[in-house]
Amino acid sequence: MVDPRVAINVGLVVVLVLVPVYSATTGDTFALTLFTRVVILALAALSLNLIMGFGGMVSFGHAAYLGIGGYVVGILAKEGIGSGFVQWPVAVAASALYALVVGVLSLRTRGVYFIMITLAFAQMIYYVAIGLDRYGGDDGLTLYHRSRFGGLVDLNNKTMFYYLCLVLLLASIYLVWRIVNSRFGMVIQGARSNDRRMRAIGFPTFRYRLVCFVIAGAMCGLAGALLANHTDFISPAMMHWTRSGDLIVMAVLGGMQAMFGPLIGAVTFLLLEEGLSRGTEFPNLILGPVLLLVAISIRGGIDGLIGGVRRG
Amino acid sequence: MLYFIEQCLNGIQLGMLLFMLAAGLTLIFGIMDLVNLAHGSLYMLGAYFAATFAQWTDSFVLGALLALVATAAVGMALEVVAIRRLYGRNHLDHVLGTFGLLLFFNELVRLIWGPAGLTLSLPSEMLNAVQVLPGLFYPLYRLVIIGVTLAVALLLYVLIMRTRLGMLIRAGASNREMVGALGVNIKLLYTIVFGLGAALAGLAGLMQAPILTVQIGMGENILIAAFVVVTIGGIGSIRGAFVASLLVGLADTIGRTFMPDILHAFLSESAASSLGRALSSMMIYLVMALVLIVRPEGLFPATSK
Repeated sequence: MVDPRVAINVGLVVVLVLVPVYSATTGDTFALTLFTRVVILALAALSLNLIMGFGGMVSFGHAAYLGIGGYVVGILAKEGIGSGFVQWPVAVAASALYALVVGVLSLRTRGVYFIMITLAFAQMIYYVAIGLDRYGGDDGLTLYHRSRFGGLVDLNNKTMFYYLCLVLLLASIYLVWRIVNSRFGMVIQGARSNDRRMRAIGFPTFRYRLVCFVIAGAMCGLAGALLANHTDFISPAMMHWTRSGDLIVMAVLGGMQAMFGPLIGAVTFLLLEEGLSRGTEFPNLILGPVLLLVAISIRGGIDGLIGGVRRG
Repeated sequence: MLYFIEQCLNGIQLGMLLFMLAAGLTLIFGIMDLVNLAHGSLYMLGAYFAATFAQWTDSFVLGALLALVATAAVGMALEVVAIRRLYGRNHLDHVLGTFGLLLFFNELVRLIWGPAGLTLSLPSEMLNAVQVLPGLFYPLYRLVIIGVTLAVALLLYVLIMRTRLGMLIRAGASNREMVGALGVNIKLLYTIVFGLGAALAGLAGLMQAPILTVQIGMGENILIAAFVVVTIGGIGSIRGAFVASLLVGLADTIGRTFMPDILHAFLSESAASSLGRALSSMMIYLVMALVLIVRPEGLFPATSK
């Protein structure tokens, strides 16, 4: 008998692969746009889940890396550097650097203090972005050209761009799986369970968590670069704290202990949001209580619901 | 110099409003161990109720009093229906659940009152300026805000320090399980504390309404500032919240006012202006980061553990 969770995951991937086919045959290009956004935000939620679900580090400022990644692409594009081969690595590096700074200062704190201080650092970069008059400030900046990859792949082709995002997402899921199941990952999860014991055994947990934090930031920076290309627009709103809240919702909704959790969460949350917006003029009247219900009743997110709750 | 004093008064006023919010937050956090992102929604409801009731009764004061009662009632109802199911869960579940409530309330307000904001007008005497010091005129209403919030802070002090209820609250903030084990009706205590927090938030909302705004989502920005205050002051500590509120209020106001001028000494006009704006917005977060690095538990932590 097939494990229902594996079936759902495989089914989901199949559906995602077939989206452009559906879009081409029915002429519904909106579906392609919507699912590109889903895949990109799933990547961001995946990076958050690495530190949050497995590392126990609840970051309320993760959208900052979406913003940094996006802004690097936008700023470089405006300054005349249009090559994706330069933009994207710089975006990832810049996000990793900011994650390093934030991590060094924040990882000394625990629990809610950690949540607050990560929120604070995201707010700081949000206000910096608003202050960047040259790059649009509060109004944002339009990208007139997407990242160029010199003939390798044309990002203006929506289908190609979608498959690129999907490949990056699946590769990242694999990467996270490898990280979590490695010795490094075991230390991280052990530190989540009982940090003091891990340190007593002899692991310098601060260093491990910092590396994990930086990896998560870098991955989210990549998502930011993708997002900037997708919307052809960057603005401080990318880093607003409610965006960080959305990412947390996606990770928790899908199930924090599962590799495919963030993807399930992203699909559910964004489709729910989209569906409700069409069905009613007041979507959050339903979405809000749904989130509350999920918080109250479902342990382990949707994945936990499918697989049967294993932990209390 | 007079300008500086005026800005200090503005900073104190902001700090006191923050204290109203932070006091409720720190109590709820300290006693029920609940991270409440929907606290800003209660602040918003206070303002909306006040604007509506003031219009119905044609009196600012009556509208304000009715709004306080209404907000406290909504708070207590919310606690009974939704919030109490989140107790004992980890903070992430709180964040998720109260985030949902925040979205819900924003939408509910939009449904009932529409997307455009409301206005709350003051009785005309309040708009006059009063001579505080020789040469310094300050709006009467802002003085009223400082006065009322100080009075409420005093009442809160008396409540917490000198009454049986306050003793239970302090005990609950120190050691939750013990208080329950000693046979106190914890459920009722929690509902009262939540209602108190809601009333304080509503008070802050309705008081700033005439000078600032009554609109959807107005609670979100100040909520973050309130969380910063609670973090700096120490979770569960009213005294910490008071000190931290004033600190944050003054830092934010003085920072915003004088930062561009300070920078102007080193940089060009336009650079000083934009950098100044960015830096002053970050001011309260820099203060919090500094405090957390030096004293990770906050300035006056309440818990003994």
